[in-house]
Amino acid sequence: MSAVLRTQDLCKSFGGLKVTQNVNLSLEVGARHALIGPNGAGKTTLINQLTGVLRPSSGSIWLDGEDISKMPPYERVRRGLARTFQINSLFPNLSPLEAVTGAICERQRDHLSVFERRFFRLTHRRAEIDEAYELLERLNLAKDCMRETRELAYGKQRLLEMALALAVKPKVLLLDEPAAGVPEGESDELLAVLAELPKDISILLIEHDMSLVFRFADRITVLVSGTQLVSGTPAEIAEDPRVQEVYLGKHHG
Amino acid sequence: MNIRTESVRAPGYLATLAARERWGRSEIAFWLVLVAVYFLLPNNLMFASQILITGLFALSLDLILGYAGIVTLGHAAFFGLGAYTAGLLTKTGYTEPASGLMVAGLVAGAFGYLSSYLVLRGRDLSRLMITLGIGLLLYEVANRATDITGGVDGLQGIAVGKVFGLFAFDLYGKTAYLYVLVVSFLLFVMVRSLMTAPYGLSLRSIRENQQRAVAIGIPIRARLTNIYTLSAVIAGIAGALLTQTTQFVAIDVFAFQRSADLLIVLLIGGTATLYGGFVGAAVFLLAQDWLSSINAEYWLFWLGLLLIITTRYLRTGVMGGLKSLQRLAARAKPGEES
Amino acid sequence: MLNFLGLLFDGLAYGTLLFLISVGLSVTLGLMGFVNLAHGVFAMLGGYLLVTLMGRLGFGFLTALPLIFVAVALISLVLERSLYRPFYKKTHLEQVLLTVGIIFVATAGATYFWGPGQQPIEIPVWMKGQLNLAGVDLSRYRLFLMAVGTAITLLLVFGLERTRFGARVRASVERQRTAESMGIHVERVFQITFALGSGLAGLGGALGVDVLGLDPYFPLKYLVYFLLIVVVGGPGSVIGTLSAALLLGVADTAGKYYIPSTGAFVIYVAMIVLLLLFPQGLLGRRKEI
Repeated sequence: MSAVLRTQDLCKSFGGLKVTQNVNLSLEVGARHALIGPNGAGKTTLINQLTGVLRPSSGSIWLDGEDISKMPPYERVRRGLARTFQINSLFPNLSPLEAVTGAICERQRDHLSVFERRFFRLTHRRAEIDEAYELLERLNLAKDCMRETRELAYGKQRLLEMALALAVKPKVLLLDEPAAGVPEGESDELLAVLAELPKDISILLIEHDMSLVFRFADRITVLVSGTQLVSGTPAEIAEDPRVQEVYLGKHHG
Repeated sequence: MNIRTESVRAPGYLATLAARERWGRSEIAFWLVLVAVYFLLPNNLMFASQILITGLFALSLDLILGYAGIVTLGHAAFFGLGAYTAGLLTKTGYTEPASGLMVAGLVAGAFGYLSSYLVLRGRDLSRLMITLGIGLLLYEVANRATDITGGVDGLQGIAVGKVFGLFAFDLYGKTAYLYVLVVSFLLFVMVRSLMTAPYGLSLRSIRENQQRAVAIGIPIRARLTNIYTLSAVIAGIAGALLTQTTQFVAIDVFAFQRSADLLIVLLIGGTATLYGGFVGAAVFLLAQDWLSSINAEYWLFWLGLLLIITTRYLRTGVMGGLKSLQRLAARAKPGEES
Repeated sequence: MLNFLGLLFDGLAYGTLLFLISVGLSVTLGLMGFVNLAHGVFAMLGGYLLVTLMGRLGFGFLTALPLIFVAVALISLVLERSLYRPFYKKTHLEQVLLTVGIIFVATAGATYFWGPGQQPIEIPVWMKGQLNLAGVDLSRYRLFLMAVGTAITLLLVFGLERTRFGARVRASVERQRTAESMGIHVERVFQITFALGSGLAGLGGALGVDVLGLDPYFPLKYLVYFLLIVVVGGPGSVIGTLSAALLLGVADTAGKYYIPSTGAFVIYVAMIVLLLLFPQGLLGRRKEI
C-alpha cells in the first residue's frame, strides 16, 4: 500500500455520543484529499484524533506504515504529520522568522548536540535561519519576517500558519479551513500558495468553501454525523445523489 | 551541510539577532558595579550579599514564571531545601562550601524533578494549589522534625569551612560577598546562554502558545520538567548560599511569605528580563530596610499596597520602565539607536 | 464506633464551614476564571464583624449573622468595582499578585484594628454544651452549623436550578460566549454572584470563629484548604464543592484525632492523593482554569 496516512475503523465517543464512527481514510503519497461535511459532522474531532489531541475510543491511525495511535502529539509531528489551525494559533510576540526558525531547530533536534541546543546562540543556527527565510520568502512573508506576529495583517498571519506547518517538513499536512476569515482581496495569495505546495506532501483539506474544494482536491470524502457517507473523485461526489441530498441539497433547496 | 557557510539571506536579521545576543555595555557595567561594591561599600557587604542571593533566587523564579509561564506560590520550597541541605551537610562534618552548594542544588533539583510531575499536570489553578501546598508541607516538616532541623529555633551552630580549602569567611562578609558574586555570575552566564539558545526560544514559544508549540513538535511536558528542575537547582543553590554566608538557617526559608516576596521582587524588577530579579531584589530589600526602620509593624501593609499598585499600574517593572526610557531616548535622537 | 460517629459529626460540621466559605470562590472562578486568592479575606472580615458586633456593640448572635452577610456582600461589591474589575481579562499571574496584595493589606489592617492575637467569641448559652442523640454526644453548636449549612445548600441548589437568575449563572459558567450572545450580561451576573459568594464567606467566617479560630493570618492559613476544595470539587459546581469540603473536613478532623503527631500533614496528603486519583475533579468535569 502506498497510503502515507491511513485510519482504520476510527471511533470516538463522548459518553454515549458517537462523534466519529468507523472512519477509514486513506491518503496516497501526494494526495490532495478534501474532507467535507456539514457542521457537527465530526471533522474537528477527526483532526484532533489524527494529531493526538484526542485519544480514539477504538481503531487505529497509521502514518507511513507505523501505528501512531498512541503517540503523543509532538511525536506525530516529528514523524511528519503537521497541521494548520482553523483559528490562527501563532506566537503573537515572536517574529515570523523567530517562530519558523524555532520550528526548524526543533525538527533538527536530533542533529544538534545538547550544547548546540542549549548553549549556542541562535546566531550559530545559520542553516536553520536560512531555511526559515527561504520558506517565508516562498510564502510571500519575507518583507514582514522581522515584525512581531501580532502586527501582521490577517491574511499574512494565515500564511504564517502554513509556514509553521511546512517548517516541520511534513509528509502529511492537515489544513483546517485555511481560507477561513480571509477577506476576498487576500485570498488569491493564499490559493496560489496552496496550489504550489510541494507535490510530495500529502494534504488533507478540511474546508467549507465548495469552490475551493472542487478546484483543489483530487479526492473527496464526505462525513455526515460521524460516519463516512462516501469517498470519490470530485466528479463522482458532485453527482452522488446522497451527497446532494445531505449536503449540497441545502444549497439547491 | 554546505549551506552553513552561506551568508544569511534575511537582510539585517543576523545583525539584529547578534546585537540582542551580545553582552551589551549596560550589562557589563552592571556586573562591574557589583565588583565595585566590594571596594566602595566595605561596611555593607553582608547586605549586598543578601541582595545578590535574593536576586539569584528571583532569577530562578524568572525561568519558570517569566520564560515558561508557570505560576507558583511555593518557590521557597526549593530555596529552603537548599538552605537546610547546606546546613545539615556541615553538621556531618563536611564543611567545604562550594561542593556543599552542589549537593544543595542536587537535592533541590531532585525534589523539583519529582514535584514537577504534580505541578505540571494541571493548569494554573491547580498549580497554585500544589505549589502552595508543597511549600506549606515542607514548612510543617521542618517545624516538626525539631531533632534534625531545630524547628522554629532554626538550625544553629553551622560551621562553614574555607572555600576550596583556601578562602575563609570573615566577619565583615568580604569573602562571602565575592563568593556569592562569583556563584551568581556563573549561574547567570549559564541561564543567559540557555535563553539565547534554541532552548530559550522553545520556552518562549511554549509560553506564547502551547497549542502551537505542540504543533511544531516541541515536547512541552519534557521541556517544562527540564526548566522546572533547573529552576529548583538554582533556587536550592541560592538557599545554600544564604546558609553558608549567615551560618544559620531560619525556618522561614520555607515560609509562604518568602515565596510571595519573591513574586514581588520579580514583579518590581520585571519578568523575563534576566536582570529583573537582581534589580527587583535591590529595590525590594532597600525599601524593606527603610520602611521597617520607620514602621516595622506595618511593613506588610506597605508591601500589599505596593503589590496592588504595581500590578495595577506598572506592569513591566523597573526593567520594562528602563526599556521604555531607552526607546524614548532613541526616538528623541533618531539614528543613534544601537 | 461511637467515637467514630462523633468524629464524623465534627468533621462534617467542619466541612460545612469550609463549604460555606469556599462555595462563593468556586462559583466566581467558574464564572470568570478569576483567581481570587483573597477570598478568605471576606471570611475573616465576617469573623471580625461578629466579634465586634457581639463584643463591643452588644448585638445578639442571631441578629448579627444576617447583618454580617449583608455587610460583607456590600463591602465585596465595592472591592469588585474598584479593584477586581480591571483584572478580569488579565493573566492569572496578575490576578494572583493583586489578590495576594489584598491579603497582605487585610492582614495588616486586621492587626491594626484588632491586634495580632486569636479572637475569643462568646456563643449564646443555648448553643453551648452537648446533645445526646442515640448515645452519641453531639455539640449543639455544631448541630446548628450543620443545620445552617444544609439550609444554605438547599437554598443554593434550589436557586441555581429553579430561578431565572440561577439559570443565567449556570449558562454563564457552561458557555460564557453563548450566554453573552443570548443577551445575558455576564459581568452583572458575576457581580451579583461575587457579592452573594462573599457574603456567604463572611457568614462562614463568622460562624467559624469558634471552630476555625480567627487571627489576622486567617486568609493565608486556610488558603490551601479553599484552593483544594475548589480544585477537587471543580470550579462552578456547588455539589462538587460540597462533597470536596465535607470530604476534606472529615479527613482533616480524623487525621488530627487518630495521628495527632502528623495530623497536620493529612491535608497535604489528601491534596496529592486527590489530584492523582481525580485529575478531572471529583465529579469529572473540571473547568480548565
